[in-house]
Amino acid sequence: MKNLLRSFLLSLLLLAAGMFTAADLPLKAVHCEPPFLCSRAEAAISMTFDEMYAGVSSLGITFSDKLKNAEGQTVQMAGFMAPPLTPTINFFVLTREPMSICPFCSTDADWPADIVVVQLTEPVVALPFDRPISVTGTLELGTEVDAETGFVSLVRIQAQSLEAL
Amino acid sequence: MKFISKQRKTAAAICAFLSIFGCAAAGNLYLPAHVEAAGYTVQEKNPVNLMPINRAKFLKGQRFDLQVEVKGVANNFKVTVDGVDAEKYFGKTGTVKTADGVTVYCISDVAFTKAGDVKVEAVADGKKNVANYTVTDAKAKKKAKNVILFVGDGMSLQAREMARILSKGLSDGKYNDLLNMEKMDHMAVITTSGYDSLVTDSANSASAYATGHKSVNNAMGVYANSTKDPFDDPKVENIIELVKRTKGMATGIVSTSNITDATPAAMLSHTRRRAEQNFIAETMTEDYHRPDVIMGGGSRHFIPMDTPGSKRKDNVNVVEKFQDLGYTFSGNRTELLNTPADEDKILGLYQLDNMNVYIDRAMLKNPKVLGGFNDQPGLVEMTERAIDTLSKNENGFFLMVEGACVDKQLHVMDWQRAAYDNIELDQAVGVAQKFAAENGNDTLIIVVADHAHGASITGTYHELDGKTGREAVRTYAAAGWPTFEDRDGDGYPDNPDPDVTLAVHFANHPDTNIDYKFKQVPTAPAIMAGDKAIANPNLKGEFAPGNIPYKESQEVHSADDVLLNAMGPGSEYFNGVMDNTEVFFGMVRALGIDGTKNAK
Ligand SMILES: [Zn+2]
Repeated sequence: MKNLLRSFLLSLLLLAAGMFTAADLPLKAVHCEPPFLCSRAEAAISMTFDEMYAGVSSLGITFSDKLKNAEGQTVQMAGFMAPPLTPTINFFVLTREPMSICPFCSTDADWPADIVVVQLTEPVVALPFDRPISVTGTLELGTEVDAETGFVSLVRIQAQSLEAL
Repeated sequence: MKFISKQRKTAAAICAFLSIFGCAAAGNLYLPAHVEAAGYTVQEKNPVNLMPINRAKFLKGQRFDLQVEVKGVANNFKVTVDGVDAEKYFGKTGTVKTADGVTVYCISDVAFTKAGDVKVEAVADGKKNVANYTVTDAKAKKKAKNVILFVGDGMSLQAREMARILSKGLSDGKYNDLLNMEKMDHMAVITTSGYDSLVTDSANSASAYATGHKSVNNAMGVYANSTKDPFDDPKVENIIELVKRTKGMATGIVSTSNITDATPAAMLSHTRRRAEQNFIAETMTEDYHRPDVIMGGGSRHFIPMDTPGSKRKDNVNVVEKFQDLGYTFSGNRTELLNTPADEDKILGLYQLDNMNVYIDRAMLKNPKVLGGFNDQPGLVEMTERAIDTLSKNENGFFLMVEGACVDKQLHVMDWQRAAYDNIELDQAVGVAQKFAAENGNDTLIIVVADHAHGASITGTYHELDGKTGREAVRTYAAAGWPTFEDRDGDGYPDNPDPDVTLAVHFANHPDTNIDYKFKQVPTAPAIMAGDKAIANPNLKGEFAPGNIPYKESQEVHSADDVLLNAMGPGSEYFNGVMDNTEVFFGMVRALGIDGTKNAK
C-alpha cells in the first residue's frame, strides 16, 4: 500500500514535470539499473564543465588533457538538459546552467560554447529542465554534424544511463 | 519628404487660421482630429506582392531588385513604371521562379535615375497592385566628409536616463551634467516599426537605418518574399555599399555583440534571416561591401568548423581570408594595441560569442563569467582605433558603432549592466565628438536607438529601515535620491550596488523573481521548462508573474518611439517626429551622395 502510494505520488510528480506522455515512459533508460550500469558508473571518470578546456581564445578552444585522456572512456557529468525540440528524444544538449532561451526554436538565440551533446541508444522522454541531471557514458571528441538536424557537436557522450539529481 | 508632412502642412494652416485664439492650444486640439479626418483603414494584403512596397523612398541611383510575387504558378506578369514596360524602362530582362507555392518575377539590380515621384503597376493573373515611390537626390548645403552612426541597441529614453542618473547624478534637483549624446544640437523622435509589424527587432530597424527602406522582423537589406530561401529576397543597396561605390569612402563596423549580429550585419548584408551569421561573416569579405575596420565579438562564425568553439558548418577560415586580403587580425586587447598605427585594415574579434559587458569586463573580472576572455578591449578603445584607422582615407569614412549590450542586458532585466554599457557607449560618443572638433567639424555624428524596452524608473529601493521587496520600493517623496557615487571621476559609479539604488520595473517580462539588487553574476530572469518559461530558481526575491506569452523567456522589445541626437554638417535634417528610414536619408543627404555615380 505504502509502495503504491509512493509510485502514485511519483507519477504525479513526473506528470507535473511534463515527463509523462501517452507513450510508456522508458524508465529503464532513465534510471540506473543495477547491477550492470551502476558497476560501470562507479568506474566512470567524473568530469565537470570547468575541467573540459585548457585554454580559450577567439581563435578557438583547446581541450584539457583530462578531457583528451578520457576520450573513448566512460565519464560521468552533471548538468542541465536543454529543452529539446520534441518530448521524445534521441539526443539532447547538456549545459552548465539551465537554458534561458531555446536555440532550437529562437532565431536570435545561440548555444553557449561549453555544451555536451548526449546521444541515446533508445529514445527517452525528456527529464525536467530546471533540475540538474547526471549522465554516464562513453566520451567522444571531434566535430560531428547530426545528419537529421545539422546540429554541430564537438564533445559527445554516448549515454549508458541518465539520472535526475 | 517627412513623415505625415501633408497632414502637418494642413494642420499648420488651420493653426495659422486659429492663431487669434492661441496657436499652441489650437494646434494640440485640432491636429489629431485632422489627422483622423485624413482617414486610414485596415490594410488588406494585396494578392500581388509588389516589392519594394508602396510609399518606399529611394536615393536617386540606389540599386534595388524589383520583385512581384503571387501564389501558385504564374507566368503572365506585366509590370510598368510610369506607364512604361518595366523591362524596357530599366533595360533589363526579368526572370520567373516558382518555389514553395509562390511564383516570383524579378528584375534585379536596377535604379531610378531621376528624382521625383514614380508609379509602378504590377499585374499578374488578372490581379493588380500599385506602388507609389519617391526618389530623392536632396543634398545638404554644408556637406559632411564623414558620418559616425552610434546605435544604442534598445536604448530607450528611460535607459538613457538611468545612465545619466548613474553617471552624472543630481544636486538640488538638477542634473550635475548631461550625457555627451544629450549635448548635441539636433534631436528627433524616431518611430521604429517595420512594414510587417508594430514591434521591430534589431535587424529590421538597423536595416531601415542602413538602406532607407522598411523591412520585416529578422530581415536586413531586403524586402521579404515568401520563398524559404533566405537569400533570394529583393535587395536594396545599403549605406556601406553606397559610400564605397560612389565615393570610395572607408567604412567600419564596431560592436560589443557578435559582429555578425543584426545591427552591424545590417550595415552591409542582405538576408531574410539574421540567424545566417556564418553567411554574414563570409560575405563581409566581398569587396563591394567589405568594411575596412571590423571589431567586436563572435569569432565563432569566422573560424573553421573543425576548430573547437566554431559555429561554422564548413571548414572555411574567414579570419585567414581577411588576412589574405591584407587585414591585420587582433584577438585580444594587447594584440589590438600592438597593431601598427599605419594599418588601414583591421579585423578584431575579441570573444567567441558576444563581448562581455563593462561591469564584468572592466570591474568585477570574475573568471567564471569571462570564461577565459580576460583581455578584451572596450567600446571606447575600439571606437578610437576605428576612427584613427578610417580617417586616413581622404574620401572620408562611414563608421557604425553599436552599444549592443544595452539591449542584451535589458532583455535579461539587468538594468545595472545595461546602464554601465550605456555610459560606455556615451564615452565612445565623446571620442567621436573630440575627433570632429579637432578635424574641422566636418563629421556628422548621429546617436540613435533602434527600438525601446519596457524598463521604467519607479523611484528608489533600499532596505535601510528593514523593509524588503515591494514595501521597500520608494515612491514619490519617499524616493529621495539614489546613492551612486563616482569618486574616481571615470564616469562610472564605483559601486553598482549602493545602499539606495533605483527601483526599476519592467512592463513586459516572463515569470521571474525580483529583489531589485545588483546581480554579482549575470543571471537570466527565467529558464525554459519544456515550452514554458518559468522563473529562474537561482534568482532570489518576490515572484513576479509574467505578462507575455509563456514561450517568451526574456523581457521583450517595446514599440515605444526612441530618441535621435545629431551634430555636425547635415544634422539640421533631424527634428520633429521622423520615420526610422529617414536616418538613412539624413546620412546620404549630409554626404551629398550621388547614387548614380560609378553604377556598374
Ligand atoms: Zn533585442
